[in-house]
Amino acid sequence: MKLTQGTFSFLPDLTDEQVVAQIEYCLKNGWAVSIEYTDDPHPRNSYWDMYGAPMFDLRDAAGIMGEVQSCRATFPNCYVKVNAFDSTHGVESLRLSFIVNRPKDEPGFALVREEAAGRQIRYTTRAYATDKPEGARY
Amino acid sequence: MGTHAEAKTITDAAARYRAGVLKYAQMGYWEPDYVPKDTDVLALFRITPQEGVDPEEAAAAVAGESSTATWTVVWTDRLTSCERYRAKAYQVDPVPGSPGQYFAWIAYDLDLFEPGSIANLTASIIGNVFGFKPIKALRLEDMRIPVAYVKTFDGPPTGIVVERERLDKFGRPLLGATVKPKLGLSGKNYGRVVYEALKGGLDFTKDDENINSQPFMHWRDRYLSCMEAVNRAQAATGEIKGHYLNVTAGTMEDMYERANFAKELGSVVVMIDLVIGYTAIQSMSKWARKNDMILHLHRAGHSTYTRQKTHGVSFRVISKWMRLAGVDHIHAGTVVGKLEGDPNSVQGFYDILREPANPVNLTRGIFFEQDWAGLRKVMPVASGGIHVGQMHQLITYLGEDSVLQFGGGTIGHPMGIAAGATANRVGLEAMILARNEGRDIWNEGPQILENAARHCVPLRAALDTWKDITFDYASTDTLDFVPTPTAA
Amino acid sequence: MSGPDIVSAPEQPPLDLDALYRDSHVGETLDALDRELVGLVPVKTRVREIAALLLVERLRRTLGLGLDAGAPSLHMSFTGNPGTGKTTVALRMAALLHSLGYVRKGHLVAVTRDDLVGQYIGHTAPKTKEVLKKAMGGVLFIDEAYYLYRPENERDYGQEAIEILLQVMENQRDDLVVILAGYRDRMERFFQSNPGLSSRIAHHIDFPDYSGDELFAIAQLMLDRMQYRLSDDAALALRQYIALRRTRPHFANARSVRNALDRARLRQAKRLFESRGEPLSRDALMTIEAADIRASRVFGNGDEK
Repeated sequence: MKLTQGTFSFLPDLTDEQVVAQIEYCLKNGWAVSIEYTDDPHPRNSYWDMYGAPMFDLRDAAGIMGEVQSCRATFPNCYVKVNAFDSTHGVESLRLSFIVNRPKDEPGFALVREEAAGRQIRYTTRAYATDKPEGARY
Repeated sequence: MGTHAEAKTITDAAARYRAGVLKYAQMGYWEPDYVPKDTDVLALFRITPQEGVDPEEAAAAVAGESSTATWTVVWTDRLTSCERYRAKAYQVDPVPGSPGQYFAWIAYDLDLFEPGSIANLTASIIGNVFGFKPIKALRLEDMRIPVAYVKTFDGPPTGIVVERERLDKFGRPLLGATVKPKLGLSGKNYGRVVYEALKGGLDFTKDDENINSQPFMHWRDRYLSCMEAVNRAQAATGEIKGHYLNVTAGTMEDMYERANFAKELGSVVVMIDLVIGYTAIQSMSKWARKNDMILHLHRAGHSTYTRQKTHGVSFRVISKWMRLAGVDHIHAGTVVGKLEGDPNSVQGFYDILREPANPVNLTRGIFFEQDWAGLRKVMPVASGGIHVGQMHQLITYLGEDSVLQFGGGTIGHPMGIAAGATANRVGLEAMILARNEGRDIWNEGPQILENAARHCVPLRAALDTWKDITFDYASTDTLDFVPTPTAA
Repeated sequence: MSGPDIVSAPEQPPLDLDALYRDSHVGETLDALDRELVGLVPVKTRVREIAALLLVERLRRTLGLGLDAGAPSLHMSFTGNPGTGKTTVALRMAALLHSLGYVRKGHLVAVTRDDLVGQYIGHTAPKTKEVLKKAMGGVLFIDEAYYLYRPENERDYGQEAIEILLQVMENQRDDLVVILAGYRDRMERFFQSNPGLSSRIAHHIDFPDYSGDELFAIAQLMLDRMQYRLSDDAALALRQYIALRRTRPHFANARSVRNALDRARLRQAKRLFESRGEPLSRDALMTIEAADIRASRVFGNGDEK
């Protein structure tokens, strides 16, 4: 399976030039860019690990791209995403978030059903990867 | 025109309150010198007076009938601070290019309204006055809700920002589809459509406005099937998915029961129809806020009063009321689809729903400055006769904070529902990628889609199937201040 | 990132250096430099030479000449005493590099040792990288660069900053240009002990001290901008002041002139205030008198602490 979280997951993996162009777009809008990685891709995992703090006051994508490369090199088999924060009043949240690295094999998720009364079913989504301990998943 | 000499407030108390009938202007409902207060509720009406009724008197009558007046003088007025409670028509202008029609600007004191009640606000402003005989036709064009009044409403329970955080989806419009055929499918077959569409790449699927609990599919059955589909699709993609479960029903008790069941099943969103009424909408908003649920509103029935230019209530006013009442999604037009919607008007609705404040913008039909005082933003939904071939137009007109709903454009795909969904998602992501790269998507859009279709067979098939489909009809609800027409 | 993919083109249209000069607005930048800075002829000449080199290099690259050599090294050192216009020229250099497409954004990030070097283990690398990220696409100007290197302290973290800097200067020539600045003699010693840095500097510009006449012209320019003028006596006093001040310690060229004028304005104000009651003309408000200048400690009067 291919995890389709993030803004551009239905497109072929972005090239570095394409990633740089998206980062430039973020910087042009005055957004702070950050990098996060995880080996727990559960859709409700809100808190991927931060690869450094969000980068404020940058003018050019080169510095951020350097961090992306270094995160990929450190965690080649993790999901890595690039986020852009907009501090404008009334937003103060992410404006763009896209995956720039993913594990070679993505085993996906099991849907666990627990039958309850009245034909109800309680659902749990479980990532196969998280059967193993953190760091040994991919 | 008319007899302006008579259109003056009578200031002598004995003359003013002598039993009998006076003109509304004489009773104090026409005050051309009045300067609206920051706390006043302001309304702009389009008035078509009957033959022989002068526009100032017609405006005064509208002010009177939507506030304190009755057809004759009553002495009990004098027991009240009646000058304060009288609505004041303070400006009347002929509508450009429409002889016999006038814009009437009316100010209402804040004390005329109950805090936090759309029912009360509308009972005043559009309560009686639309049937008033001296007026041939009447339309409420726009309103300014003072901050003091805005603050008495809870607004959207979730809002655009929190919805995105909850769904973990940023930087692009969300994608949805209404299950088709809208009537007749069994619960199991209905869920199949939901599963295919969500697995294929949509974020949401949706019940249609008239899917409630009919003989062919009872609501519980639908909810159970849909949630199985939603959870299956979530596991298949690793993304949060949702289906707008329509909880519209005959009574509030039924709606609460359905909404609570949707919550028990773990749905992230429930849906209501505009026809349930303002109070029911506010009740469901309260429920959604309490239960962390996204509240989707289908504007079923609105065209009966929003579409005709001289009659009813403009959709921009409905948009304002719904932001106050508190819904998270509202169908607000597509510009390019099968349903009514002049481009500038629709963009005006989107501004009202999404901006922190609206400046006056006559070319988009916004007559008043409106400060939303931190009220959350409503996600506009574009639905009805749109397809992936229009992606560049949709994004240009509607921006990225919207839900694009491709019902037929997903389910009618020649390669199947999932393929239809994938085509839409790939087309969307390719267009956002290109826009962010600085490409001119308005002009290069078709080429961008063609390029994306090279690595996506379903997109290729979608483009081939629908490339020539457009709905080019003249709009009925057009604007009165349009500098240049926008090409569709 | 590479240039256009023309490798050899037999039927090239004639090359138009003029058009490139015009379109890149290099001339405007050079003119601005002339306007802003009095004198400094050797510096301006060097900047023009560098501009010409960059312009020709740009044209060569459109023909694919010299592409194998990779991006040219453009790092520079600016040496000279304080107040000789190094920062101003660096700003213009950033604009010049930007207009010729050698840096993508053209901003200038000016730092000193404290911005790069940390206080404890593990502090320096993130600090230096942070600054480098901010400077990407533009010019990093490191003033008094020799403070990065403190041979007397074995544990000094400055060396760490220098190493990171070296890496970026070598590997990311496309992404930023570094200008190292400071006193000439100390920079020379710094480069001697850091040959790695020295070998990556492509252009040296030496900023001579201003002559007495130049400093006087600078003073005139500053006063014009503030809408003051000197009486004839005051002009003479200022010339004498400059001659004396140049021989004293901590002389900082244009910066010392600015400070002297600020103090003269203060004395003028005090003088006008103390003569309250007399009618005051617009002329008086604008004029610096000899006394306002001669009160300086430089003349041995000692009214300044």
